Amino acid sequence: MSDPERHAVTRRPSFGWRLFGRPRGPIYWPRIYRITYQTFFLLLFIATLALMTDEGIRRFPVQWLFHLDPLAALSVLASSWVLPAAFLWSLALVALTVVFGRAFCGWLCPVGTMHHLVSRATRRWRCGPPATVNRWRPHFRWKYLVLVALLVVTALGSLQMGLLDPLSLGLRSFASGLVPAGSAALPGQEYRPRLYRVAWLTGALFLAMLVANVWIARWWCRALCPLGALLGWVARGAVYRIQVDPGLCTHCDRCAADCQGADEPFAKHRVSECHVCLNCVAVCPEGAIAYQPFAPVAAPAGGVALPRRQFLVAAFSGAALLPLFRATAGAGGSASPEAIRPPGALAEEAFLARCLRCGACGNVCPTSAIQPSLVETGIEGLWTPVVVPRRGWCEPSCTLCGQVCPSGAIRAMSAEEKGWTRPEGYGVKIGTAFIDRGRCLPWGMETPCIVCQEVCPTTPKAIRLDETTVMGRDGKPLRLQRPVVDPNRCVGCGLCEAKCPVVDLAAIRVTRAGESRSPQSAFTLASRPVAS
Amino acid sequence: MTHRPDRRTVLRRLGQAGLVIGGSGAAAALGLLSPGRWGWHASVKTTPVWTVAADPLRPAAVIARGGRPADLVRAAVERVGGMARFVRPGETVLVKPNMAWDRTPEQGANTNPEVVAEVVRLCREAGAGRIVVAEVPVHDAARTAVRSGIEAAARQAGAEVLIPPRAGFITARLDGSVLDNWEIFAPVFAADRLINVPVVKDHGLSRLTCGLKNLYGFLGGNRGRLHQRIHEAIADLAVAFRPSLTVVDATRVMVRGGPQGGRLDDVVPVGAIAAGTDPVALDAWGATLLGADPRDIGHIVLAQGRGLGTFGAPLEEIHVGS
Repeated sequence: MSDPERHAVTRRPSFGWRLFGRPRGPIYWPRIYRITYQTFFLLLFIATLALMTDEGIRRFPVQWLFHLDPLAALSVLASSWVLPAAFLWSLALVALTVVFGRAFCGWLCPVGTMHHLVSRATRRWRCGPPATVNRWRPHFRWKYLVLVALLVVTALGSLQMGLLDPLSLGLRSFASGLVPAGSAALPGQEYRPRLYRVAWLTGALFLAMLVANVWIARWWCRALCPLGALLGWVARGAVYRIQVDPGLCTHCDRCAADCQGADEPFAKHRVSECHVCLNCVAVCPEGAIAYQPFAPVAAPAGGVALPRRQFLVAAFSGAALLPLFRATAGAGGSASPEAIRPPGALAEEAFLARCLRCGACGNVCPTSAIQPSLVETGIEGLWTPVVVPRRGWCEPSCTLCGQVCPSGAIRAMSAEEKGWTRPEGYGVKIGTAFIDRGRCLPWGMETPCIVCQEVCPTTPKAIRLDETTVMGRDGKPLRLQRPVVDPNRCVGCGLCEAKCPVVDLAAIRVTRAGESRSPQSAFTLASRPVAS
Repeated sequence: MTHRPDRRTVLRRLGQAGLVIGGSGAAAALGLLSPGRWGWHASVKTTPVWTVAADPLRPAAVIARGGRPADLVRAAVERVGGMARFVRPGETVLVKPNMAWDRTPEQGANTNPEVVAEVVRLCREAGAGRIVVAEVPVHDAARTAVRSGIEAAARQAGAEVLIPPRAGFITARLDGSVLDNWEIFAPVFAADRLINVPVVKDHGLSRLTCGLKNLYGFLGGNRGRLHQRIHEAIADLAVAFRPSLTVVDATRVMVRGGPQGGRLDDVVPVGAIAAGTDPVALDAWGATLLGADPRDIGHIVLAQGRGLGTFGAPLEEIHVGS
């Protein structure tokens, strides 16, 4: 029983440097190198998460991961027609892929490494003989369709790629899902624990994708990852690739058993699917497999034939998404009052064209004020950051969110530029505080309280106390100081709402009205002197 | 098919049930099942006693003027008995500055870092074992510790700085008129001595924030709730936390826009330090710096009524040559 296509690949003397050839001796060193790289990049990912602090960002380039990501770069460019220069680093990854194929997936990607670990740990649980379970399946084309659909909607101006870009997804899932869940399980978190709305969903989705490895190894990487798809498309012309010597191959299929990418080295090797894990080279008992340059192409188009009909359906689905998002009440410009964006955020449309939803801003926020949005900014803004003052206030001298934002959706600025600590005037206003007189202690309940005025950080204070004497409950005169907001001084920091002693629904609440990033949000009319 | 247990089985089961019920009852009666018996709940603590014995030869409070802040601190503490009177070798000293706001020292919202550092140095010279500067700020704690300049100054002088979440909270019984059980910053309970180092400032509700009001900074929980009866709350705190020594920073005094301020015009360079064992007299002096009459300030009157000190007599002043 012979495979005619296999014999079509004739053995040619290879030229160039044969990078990883047949194993000699008991230890296959290339695999050790790969594991070293994977460990190192996984540690870098953890460091990226952990070092997003005031100190950490001065000493460690916490945005490095995103600036290496060609998918993030392409998406930001396609949706906003602007590319922050740091994203040019992603060309290095494109070059790496042109030379070595999807080595990023198998050697560098921290999310891929997590899937690799789980699929490795559960390899005995999968149903059926490994070489059969691990075959390529038609639904592995999904990732190309995901890439096309998301790229189309992204190019139309809504950066939805961030939903599934693996690095954004990974950072977000850890920062606002799994890490808070881990710390919630530990004691000693009484003082303002890090809580995130939607944490259960964010964390559960990531865990569910890890669990999918029990069914098919690296299912996320093979079937859904749009970055994998993009790199796979680039890798079709990879210089280095896996080559099977048909004269030596005995069809034992052992190479397929531990294959990470389901690229089927023994048949039509699919170079677009190969993660360059080199397990096949290591296990081949005949020494028939090598990773070498300028190997003859076994499968044209990298082994992935994407039917034109599927491609068009994906593109049209993507194109249809944006009008549907924009037709939804609560999206974009008509977002809900709670859609308070972090200080320095671009105007809503430009913001949605830049925000990768990576969750870095929420991770760095010292008060956990920045939370992922579930419904406030419409379905289009799922997981984009909003400030939730009841959870935490926007610290007046802090501009960390803008400093870690990899795509410039939140502008990097200095504390002086933000202007909340300088007397007179502000640079940025994120919303306005409104007093709920029915819930306010002095207004509604004749009980003294000035907490909102006390904590108001602007100079002069945006909350003034209106002194009055009323007849108290006991019939004696009672002096009350009732807070009144000056909307032209209020910056929307939310300290008043965060510290208001009225639990659950605060008696003073910030909404996005008056935010300086969009002229349509202005609601007061300040006058200034004009020449007469 | 029904199964009827025989008499012996019935008796045995009744006996077992009786043992379980009786055993639980006995355990409950002996208090073995009460929460806290096995450390399931944090036990409710009371605050330690830090005050030192009165010394009739020493003034209860003095004011020092005319020198660098550090020299003023040194001179004032020396006059009331020297740090050796308040701190014994090896003791753990808790230094409580006002470090509530993300403000710079010039804005006068927090205690002057030079004053805190000098208090720490005096404690170190007196042979203190561990010196802890502790505060529960209103603004973000880590940022406040940096911008106030206190963290760097205190560390350089040889103290450790504890702010949440570096330490947690313990529920304590304060037995006050409005403060009952409340979450208290845990380092309080590890301290042998408390040195209160407040700054004198205006306050929108209590009129004055000085030594007595500074004790708010030990509280966790929804402490804004206390503002409804702020003077009683401050008096309750003053009874629960009686410092060994109070060093009042009046080098820069925020006379308007307190307690947070921000405008440099509201800060007056008074250039004085007061120290002593009478927190009431010191707060009354602080009130006069704001142009207020201490008799109009509820918590000062209440604290005097509860026997924490007396005000009215003029304080001794010393002049430090610079």
